[in-house]
Amino acid sequence: MAPWCSRLEIKREKIRANLPLDEPDPNKELYVRQVRARDLLRGDIEGLDLEKVVEEAVLTTRLDKVLNWGRANAIFPATFGLACCAIEMMSVVSPRYDIARFGAEAMRASPRQADMLILSGRVSIKMAPVVRRLYDQMLEPKWVVSMGACSSSGGMFSNYAVVQGADKFLPVDIHVPGCPPRPEALLYGFNKLQQMIMGSPELGWRTRYSAHGTEEWARDLGNVTDEARDAYAAARDIAQSAGPPPVSGSPGSTVDVPGPPQERTEVPSKPDRDSGRFI
Amino acid sequence: MSTEERLRDEEDAAEPQAPSENGAKGNMRGSAPAHGRDIVARSSAEVIGTSVVERTDAESSLEPEQELMTVNLGPHHPATHGVLRLLVSLQGETVIDLKPIMGYVHTGIEKNCEDKSYWKAIPFVERMDYLSYFFNMQAFVGCVEKMLELEIPPRAEYLRVIHMELNRLHSHLVWLGTSALDLGAMSMFFYCFRDRDRILDLFEMSTGQRMHTRYFQVGGVFEDIPVGFERKVRAFTQEFPSRIDQFEALLTNNEIFLQRTKGVGIVERERLKALGVTGPLLRAAGEPWDLRKVEPYLAYADFDFDIPIGTVGDGWDRFRCRIQEMRESVKIIEQAIDGLPEGPVLADDRKIVLPPRHELSTSMEALIHHFKLVTEGFRVPPGECYYPIESPRGELGCFVLADGSAKPARVHFRDPSFVNLQSLRDMCVGEYIADMIQNLAMLDPVLGGIDR
Amino acid sequence: MPDAPGLELIRAELNDAHPDAITGSYYEHGQACLVCDPAQIREVLAWLRDTPGQEYTFLASVHGVDYLPAEPRFGVHYELLNMARVERVRVRAALADPGPDALPELPTVSDEWPTADHQEREVYDFFGIVFTGHPDLRRILMPEDYVGWPQRRDFPIGGEPVIFTNTERDVPGWYA
Repeated sequence: MAPWCSRLEIKREKIRANLPLDEPDPNKELYVRQVRARDLLRGDIEGLDLEKVVEEAVLTTRLDKVLNWGRANAIFPATFGLACCAIEMMSVVSPRYDIARFGAEAMRASPRQADMLILSGRVSIKMAPVVRRLYDQMLEPKWVVSMGACSSSGGMFSNYAVVQGADKFLPVDIHVPGCPPRPEALLYGFNKLQQMIMGSPELGWRTRYSAHGTEEWARDLGNVTDEARDAYAAARDIAQSAGPPPVSGSPGSTVDVPGPPQERTEVPSKPDRDSGRFI
Repeated sequence: MSTEERLRDEEDAAEPQAPSENGAKGNMRGSAPAHGRDIVARSSAEVIGTSVVERTDAESSLEPEQELMTVNLGPHHPATHGVLRLLVSLQGETVIDLKPIMGYVHTGIEKNCEDKSYWKAIPFVERMDYLSYFFNMQAFVGCVEKMLELEIPPRAEYLRVIHMELNRLHSHLVWLGTSALDLGAMSMFFYCFRDRDRILDLFEMSTGQRMHTRYFQVGGVFEDIPVGFERKVRAFTQEFPSRIDQFEALLTNNEIFLQRTKGVGIVERERLKALGVTGPLLRAAGEPWDLRKVEPYLAYADFDFDIPIGTVGDGWDRFRCRIQEMRESVKIIEQAIDGLPEGPVLADDRKIVLPPRHELSTSMEALIHHFKLVTEGFRVPPGECYYPIESPRGELGCFVLADGSAKPARVHFRDPSFVNLQSLRDMCVGEYIADMIQNLAMLDPVLGGIDR
Repeated sequence: MPDAPGLELIRAELNDAHPDAITGSYYEHGQACLVCDPAQIREVLAWLRDTPGQEYTFLASVHGVDYLPAEPRFGVHYELLNMARVERVRVRAALADPGPDALPELPTVSDEWPTADHQEREVYDFFGIVFTGHPDLRRILMPEDYVGWPQRRDFPIGGEPVIFTNTERDVPGWYA
């Protein structure tokens, strides 16, 4: 691994022989890519196909990667301390759990100069429009880390005064659980965000362990009924149609910032939002 | 009443009540009442969120030639200690009027507690004033214990005092770090947070969690301290006074700090008492009032410590009071650790306190008690009680109304920051806006307590 | 705190000064409480502050309580403190519920006791108790245009049901 790389984990991609029920062969994608690479080397691809392959694989990749590396390692967080999590966010800046190691110590007070909004604390109904306004004032590309249980899901406060999760009015990229999360937990979430920005997002655990369709309601000990099989299929469809998690936005919502083109099949159009083209 | 009617009424109102006169203010005040022009506010009301930017009362007291600028400070601002919104009417750089608007982190904790049993309400109440969580817990738990007429064992009392004084140190360190950051002394922030992490290590060692530990229970403390805790606390208390010396070396003789805090934000003592202000603010003004000494609770009567009193009541005195309070807290912790009595940490009453786990396999009554306590909780006989303690910000009082069931019927916290905030207007009117930032810093408001 | 006989003495003296102001008194857990007629709350508090020998000059807290289903439904508690003798006494203004269309009313004490300013606004915000004569009675912690009095006992707690794995199928599309 390159010395400047901030990755904490080594990605493991196994080719699995035994698959539960019916699952499309992950070997096939690899096979397609390998065939295309072989044809490219042999000079068998021509014309538009060749341009497309070159654009996808060579130019855009390198430039994107450099840009994303820069973006990830020099994030300006917006100081947005709401409640108790703000104290732990301040201690992430403190010398012991130094966030300056990851390049994010320059906390900008103004949203117009900030990249990342760390929502630390419970979002009350009076504060929600203010947070939304601040989020809108931030310039693209921007990311949101929902720190703590209260901003991720309302936390322990299931009542009239707290918005049950900042997801309700903001696209959130990373949720950091905890009440309050330890500074190390926030740093771990921050590193995950950096990996997402650099284009190699953490796969969800269901994908990593091939556990789609293992939800309680879909699993049946013993025989697999037809209903369960349909449920499996449905769950797998959902997981696959969602694709890798987008860089910005809650699952299923349109992407605020287009990620590297080779990870997506098409760029979703956003007619009612300022398009966040970065080039 | 619609907004327009209210604004018109404000226009017709007489000159607003002037805060207490102070010679240091000079001729900034006392001008003849006349209509001023508040340009910004007379334009169409600007909506931030759903609340309307309102005019402050100052405009009716100015000459026609003067122009007022209403500035909205917050709720998102690097200097407000939390999400506090201030509507400031400025004439040049002088603050003419100030109106705090709160509620941006209102969590409905008091209402939520009515839904939970007493044991389950403890994590809720400790998230109110989120810098002094042990104090929140002590106020609530002490109130319930008073209603149950429950005596807690002396070891639990001492452990509670140790954790509370460590929490006082923690709260004052965060205050010092963030206040110095507001005033521009950025390195203080790192020093204070470095030491704050050491205190949090101690909390993690004894309670398992850095903040919001849910350590105090009705009847004592959740668990006894582990083996190395005493040694670590002693090491901490031996080293900490030298750290306070480091902080003082940075700030106490610093010309910039002195110029910014001396003579700024003075409110006289009687006015502070009329406003209900307690805590270091009142002590800095010269009133020797500390609930740990006048109404001792827990084991505070056993310890020998002093209460630092100021003379003038400006920002400098508040700073010195809190620094000295940190030293006194270290003394209390040392005495408590030295005199820590042996014994149980939880009271014996099995109808209120969970039985120890080893009893569950041998005693049927213990099993039944455990079951009832975990599923329903203990019941408190009907009644009401108000229990005040001295938190780092002032008098923190908890009012609990019990209706005989396992859930409280009403929990209310008299939060010191909420009441102290009323003195901000008195401190800031007539001074510069930069002094307002300093006054807010020295006031030490914690919005979690203000908004609950 | 004044003890139980001391409380009765205070009550007797108050009855001489302001007849029918005090409608009850109780002493529990070492704390003295006087129940007061809401219309005369200003006189009672002024008497407790100004009478030599009483001198409860510090108003520590003003808070509201909803005693539903007991009558009178609302109570506004005034926690008074005598700093010299370190004694506390609580005065409770007992307010009845005037029905669903009207709001209970009480004269304000914020001109005599400046500390009651924000605290009365909080009681108004959460219980709908109107303090007549208050210079600026509007919501303080809830949004300005909120409808409802949250801390009344009959106001629902709000919030959303928690989604567990065995109920997630009943909440369609929560993951989308």
